Amino acid sequence: MALNRDFVGRSFPPSAPYEVSRVKIREFAAAIGDANPIYRDREAARAAGHPDVVAPPTFPIVFSLQSGGEALMDPGLGLNLAMVVHGEQRFEYVRPVHAGDELVTTATITDIRSAGRNELLTVRSDVTTVAGEPVCTTYNTIVERGGAA
Amino acid sequence: MAATVKYDEVEVGQEIPAVDYVVRRLNLVMYAGASGDFNQIHWNERFARMVGLPDVIAHGMYTMAQAGRFVTDWAGDPGAVVDFGVRFSSMVVVPDDDQGATIRVGGVVEEKLEDNRVVVGLTATSGDARVLSKARAVVRLA
Repeated sequence: MALNRDFVGRSFPPSAPYEVSRVKIREFAAAIGDANPIYRDREAARAAGHPDVVAPPTFPIVFSLQSGGEALMDPGLGLNLAMVVHGEQRFEYVRPVHAGDELVTTATITDIRSAGRNELLTVRSDVTTVAGEPVCTTYNTIVERGGAA
Repeated sequence: MAATVKYDEVEVGQEIPAVDYVVRRLNLVMYAGASGDFNQIHWNERFARMVGLPDVIAHGMYTMAQAGRFVTDWAGDPGAVVDFGVRFSSMVVVPDDDQGATIRVGGVVEEKLEDNRVVVGLTATSGDARVLSKARAVVRLA
């Protein structure tokens, strides 16, 4: 089923603050098999000029999809989650995410288009601290296989 | 931040030697837990086949994370990455055996920008398949 184009431009309410913890960063680094001490050891992170352990570049996927994710569940959009695969992903950083950050994400559906038999949907997530300092912007494009058939 | 590679010592066209990253089912289970992406196509073979996939496939974000690791290991500091984007062009099929699949990541310095930043073009293959395309990172060097 084609996705509902009325959802393009729709923004979703800011997420509840996400608290970035050292434990979660360590768990994520272990899951991607990355032994870099800057993800685990506060002293190593400080030696590299960071206030605390830093998150790997792809870490914001952990929280950036939550606010957009709820939007994708809206039955009015017509998305069949069982047929979804990841199409594209981009992270633009103002500064690295580090432990102790409290981050708020605001998601916007920026594009819905057909590509062959598939439907493509892009969500932009603007990530700031609770004080409003910009941290990063993520762009997530998902593919609904066969959605346009 | 404290990248260890120096901007002045890097040339356009310079290759960054490729690295092989192994991905087994266990890695996907760990990644599902750490990322919160519990889509069954990443751990349930029965479900994956039911929705028309050849077998369990890796999270695209797992593959992207390996490309990220390649870049941060080269640069010396994860905080040096200012922009990182990929397109997932093919699936990484992960069989239920001890070998799993291998993702080979390579890179080349494509461009030197202002403020000590460089564009690194990335390639990622698994077997004969290019699993990432349009993969690039902008890194701020020392």
